[in-house]
Amino acid sequence: MRDRRLSRFAFQAGGVLFALLLTTLVLVAAKAPPLAAFANLLRGAFGTWDVSANVLVSWVPLILVTSGLLVTFTVGLWNIGIEGQVILGGVFTTWALRLLQGSSLDPTLILVLAVLAGMAGGALWALLAGALKTFGGVNEIFGGLGLNFVATALNLWLIFGPWKRPGVASMSGTVPFEPRLWLPTLTPESRLAPASVVIALLAVAAVFALIQGTYFGLRLKAVGRNARAAYVLGVPTWQHLLASFALCGLFAGLAGAMQVTAVYHRLIPSISSGYGYLGLMVAMLVNFNVVLAAPVALFFAALNVGSIQLPMVLRLDSSLAGVLQGSLVLSVILAKGLMERTLGKGGGEEPAAAAAGPEGPGAAPAADPPISPNSSPEAPR
Amino acid sequence: MRVELREITKCFGSLRANDSISLDIPAASIQGVLGENGAGKSTLMKVLSGFISHDSGEILLDGKAVEIRSPVDAIRQGIGMLHQDPLDFPPFRLIDNFILGSHGGPGRRPGLGLRRKEAAAAFRELASRFDFALDPEAWVDSLTVGERQQLEILRLLWLGARVLILDEPTTGISLPQKEKLFATLKKLAAEGMTVIFVSHKLEDVEFLCDRVTVLRQGRLVGGAGRPFGTKDLVTLMFGKELPKSERRRAKPGARLLAAREVGLEGQRLSMRGLNLELRAGEVVGLAGMEGSGQSLFLGACAGLVQPVAGSFCLDVDAEGGGDEKDMTGRSHHDFRSEGVAWLPAARLEQGLVPGLSLTEHFILAEGARGLGGRGRLFIDRRRARELAESRIASFRIKGRPESPVESLSGGNQQRALLALLRSPLRIVLVEHPTRGLDIESTAYIWGKLKERCAEGTSVVFISSDLDEVLEWSDRVLVFFAGKVSPPLDAESLTVERLGRLIGGKGWEDFGPAAAAAAAAGVSAATAAEEGVHA
Amino acid sequence: MNDGILIAGLAGILFSAAPIVFAVMGETLSERAGVINLSMNGTILLSAMGGFTVSLATGSLILGFLAGAAIGALVALVVAFASIALRQSQVAVGFVLTLLCRDLSYFLGNPVMGQSGPRLPEIPIPFLSDLPLVGTLLFRHDLMTYLSFVLVFLVWVFIFKTRPGLELRGIGERPAASYVRGARVDGLRYLYTALGGALAGLAGPMYSLSVKAGWKGTISGLDGIGWIVLAITIFGGWKPFRAALGAWLFAFLQWLGLVLQPVLPGVPSQVLQVAPFPLMILTLLLVNVGDAEWVERALARLPEGSRKRIGGLLRGLRATPPAALGTPFEKD
Repeated sequence: MRDRRLSRFAFQAGGVLFALLLTTLVLVAAKAPPLAAFANLLRGAFGTWDVSANVLVSWVPLILVTSGLLVTFTVGLWNIGIEGQVILGGVFTTWALRLLQGSSLDPTLILVLAVLAGMAGGALWALLAGALKTFGGVNEIFGGLGLNFVATALNLWLIFGPWKRPGVASMSGTVPFEPRLWLPTLTPESRLAPASVVIALLAVAAVFALIQGTYFGLRLKAVGRNARAAYVLGVPTWQHLLASFALCGLFAGLAGAMQVTAVYHRLIPSISSGYGYLGLMVAMLVNFNVVLAAPVALFFAALNVGSIQLPMVLRLDSSLAGVLQGSLVLSVILAKGLMERTLGKGGGEEPAAAAAGPEGPGAAPAADPPISPNSSPEAPR
Repeated sequence: MRVELREITKCFGSLRANDSISLDIPAASIQGVLGENGAGKSTLMKVLSGFISHDSGEILLDGKAVEIRSPVDAIRQGIGMLHQDPLDFPPFRLIDNFILGSHGGPGRRPGLGLRRKEAAAAFRELASRFDFALDPEAWVDSLTVGERQQLEILRLLWLGARVLILDEPTTGISLPQKEKLFATLKKLAAEGMTVIFVSHKLEDVEFLCDRVTVLRQGRLVGGAGRPFGTKDLVTLMFGKELPKSERRRAKPGARLLAAREVGLEGQRLSMRGLNLELRAGEVVGLAGMEGSGQSLFLGACAGLVQPVAGSFCLDVDAEGGGDEKDMTGRSHHDFRSEGVAWLPAARLEQGLVPGLSLTEHFILAEGARGLGGRGRLFIDRRRARELAESRIASFRIKGRPESPVESLSGGNQQRALLALLRSPLRIVLVEHPTRGLDIESTAYIWGKLKERCAEGTSVVFISSDLDEVLEWSDRVLVFFAGKVSPPLDAESLTVERLGRLIGGKGWEDFGPAAAAAAAAGVSAATAAEEGVHA
Repeated sequence: MNDGILIAGLAGILFSAAPIVFAVMGETLSERAGVINLSMNGTILLSAMGGFTVSLATGSLILGFLAGAAIGALVALVVAFASIALRQSQVAVGFVLTLLCRDLSYFLGNPVMGQSGPRLPEIPIPFLSDLPLVGTLLFRHDLMTYLSFVLVFLVWVFIFKTRPGLELRGIGERPAASYVRGARVDGLRYLYTALGGALAGLAGPMYSLSVKAGWKGTISGLDGIGWIVLAITIFGGWKPFRAALGAWLFAFLQWLGLVLQPVLPGVPSQVLQVAPFPLMILTLLLVNVGDAEWVERALARLPEGSRKRIGGLLRGLRATPPAALGTPFEKD
């Protein structure tokens, strides 16, 4: 048993090393000094208080998205539509702010309502993907993908159409909101709103509590691992699938709301900035482990921020962060695969399976369970 | 081609699926292989056709020892296998199915082209030889099972098969197709083919085969040549009468469930006119070879399978005199809330969640209410553990509360499934309650089930073990090719009669239509279509 | 709008759709074998950058295209390896690769950004290019666009008219039955995934050396094309002609969006540009509507005749994917 844990660690460490190696090779190929590049990444993220604050700014939407994704991953879903859900969160928040900014309501109340609206927007968009899956059998990967593009188009249309700046529509988004409708930042120059950090921390805690501690969370786990058995044990499966979509959408919408109220104070074309996809990567890297999510997300956020000044300092493109992030996740997946191949999947020969096994009137061997891009584990009954 | 199997042994873990089987099959003959579920027929045929490799023993073809490492190897040596569900490609045309894997004809080198014209010509020639009415351009998924078999036979013939293994071929085909198949097999045998006919249907085997071999529990227990004695075959297949243990005869209580004129459609099965009335406290056994419709029926009683005709009604009035609740078309969860529970045969695949512990399963099954905190959001871990410990103790599960269920043995998984059931329940539907379990676990499981009966629960179970069926049932329903016998009193049912019924004989006792259908090995519905006469 | 502009526009559509045609043909082959290559978006970007860089460095267009194809094949092989040998999720690996390759393309392509490199020349076909209308439409293109027309036909012939093509279809449909007939399922899956990746890898250079010449990094407008390719592959029902039609339709809608912009300012151009995706969702809906449990239950309640008729109708609407798509093949 200890042997096994040691080997697991070895494989995972090997994976991380491989990722570093890969990134180093890439740097060499780009004729860039590897050590200097890595050092600059760190300095760029933690060198000054300002950039460290920016790491937190970047961390907030990322951890929110990741938390939401952990819910959908628990139930066995690939919620690729997360990007669109963040966008809709931003859209709904902007809509609420525009609606209420002229009213006499207290600014704090307006902000709260706007954030709630954003969460609702994200949840709605997620439910759309969920409904397509449960009632239409559309695989959530392709449904989500399609909805991402639709969300992006919607966003652009709003920015260049009905909500455009007076005069010339601009890529810099809608008219910024008045400062009274901003989530208060640390200093007037910084983009870090402490409230958003607190909200993000609460969100992580909430997801942890949900998945590990509630009946609902346990049912989600059951559905994710064996939807059929969960159904037989009494869990209403498709309702739980939809609920997890909605929950994830709430978190995604919250992320979008934070982007609008705390960071940009307006709606911009790249309001989701790829945080959705990055969150998927974080979730995959931590193997859906809630506790590890926050630090890993912080690491990824640090890479993002740290790479910003690479073009200026080393004449390297800032996508080095993405290269390192992608290499890490890829290496971890490959390492996991290699480990399973060499060590076996865990658990020995199952006596029950052997007994129930090969007999059956002329059972044809190797019957693959058909999974098309359109399969769903359980449909409404 | 003469086929000799010498001391073929194959083990799966501790299970001896084939134990030193030796069999000598002369060329130009039809050899029947009989046996009940789990006897080892499938394993033996898989070994012969190259799907799995045997642990020890030899295979000789025409006196020469051969190594068969894969299905392709097998067909190259001349052994072709027709699976119960033919391994074909439903979305493709017949001719494409015919061509795939053939490389343009036996012995030819694979080329780039499809050589459709040649293949079509060969196809037509072969088809006409056996009077198969198959259109090469038709799509395979529009064919009936019988026609798909014909296609596969033609394909194997084209590839030069000199041994043809057929695994339960008469399941789900119509009477004319069966007659054609038999005519084809006889013709092939006369031309020199060695035919191996694996089946549980006594009538078919008795009609078709020159010789019969019987397998039981992995061993070859006997064989016979013509003329066959049904009684002897049944005894070989199922064993002798065991002295019956002291059984408490259940006094049937109020009616719980009424299934009326139920019709069900399975993949290869069409059932009509099923009727059953379940009474409190009784045990009903569903006997028959797997795939004869028992699982379908049991699933329908649980709401997992939707009937296409008829109705299921639960009697919800406690006194039994009154209200009927029509449950037809309702979901499984509706049935569950009315006190119907279903336990699957595939314990880990359909009943338990791998990766979750025993405690977590209990939490799932009980919910917040069961743990004494109705409406609570968070799991009361302490109470959950207490509950798990007490259930583990009372069901004597060899496992700890935190053990993941996949680490439990089969017997303990079954105990866990039982422990997860709620109380009280109206009806417990169990697929194969003791499959793969040792004697001790078997006795224990049945003890627990009988406890439920004493409380008034009705138990319906499927089993391939005739002794089990006869020992524990109050009434027995026999399934054969989608046809169901009327409920038979278990006390007066003998192993011999049960075996015959399972093999398709003795159905004339139930009325002419049933007998004709059973004799044809088809469902009554198909029989009506074909205009079968008694 | 006069004829000349219309024809030129249509010719432009064929031109701009050509890379997509290549990628869709490649993905169709890969998915026919049972492997989804979700890394398509990243592959196209990386092969575009790689092809451009090589071509710029060597001055040879051919080497640029070969580099692109090699990159595409390599990325696809990673997906295949992770799926077949390591039994990991095709979706997971493909998704990571799509992001990784995209970032790699931006990072490694930084030095060549904005530089102008070789371009594919137009090769009008003698005689045919002088035909009225048709001449400009079909016969005044570059080599790769011509090849795109031929490719569709070739892939169609291969899949439906040759023995290896039949074998390919068998593997994606029912690997167990193919195995019984002697197909080396895993080996062939590697082969077709790599081949599909190579074709997709040709699409990248077709952009950076022709359709959108040069490498412009994040503003190259190439990000997102790979997802469209995947959508069109599904819409195309894994049939070459239908898929190519989808590609041309998409390019047509994009062109329409540009053309209509000044004419109908109210209609946002984004609407037309995202059209493939709702179409893809619609296709998927139609594919599966027959399978949904609630539909089955509703059908079960109908009388026998209607049930058979409606069931048949639903089955006919389907563009069924290869049944074994996405699943690893296990012999036992």
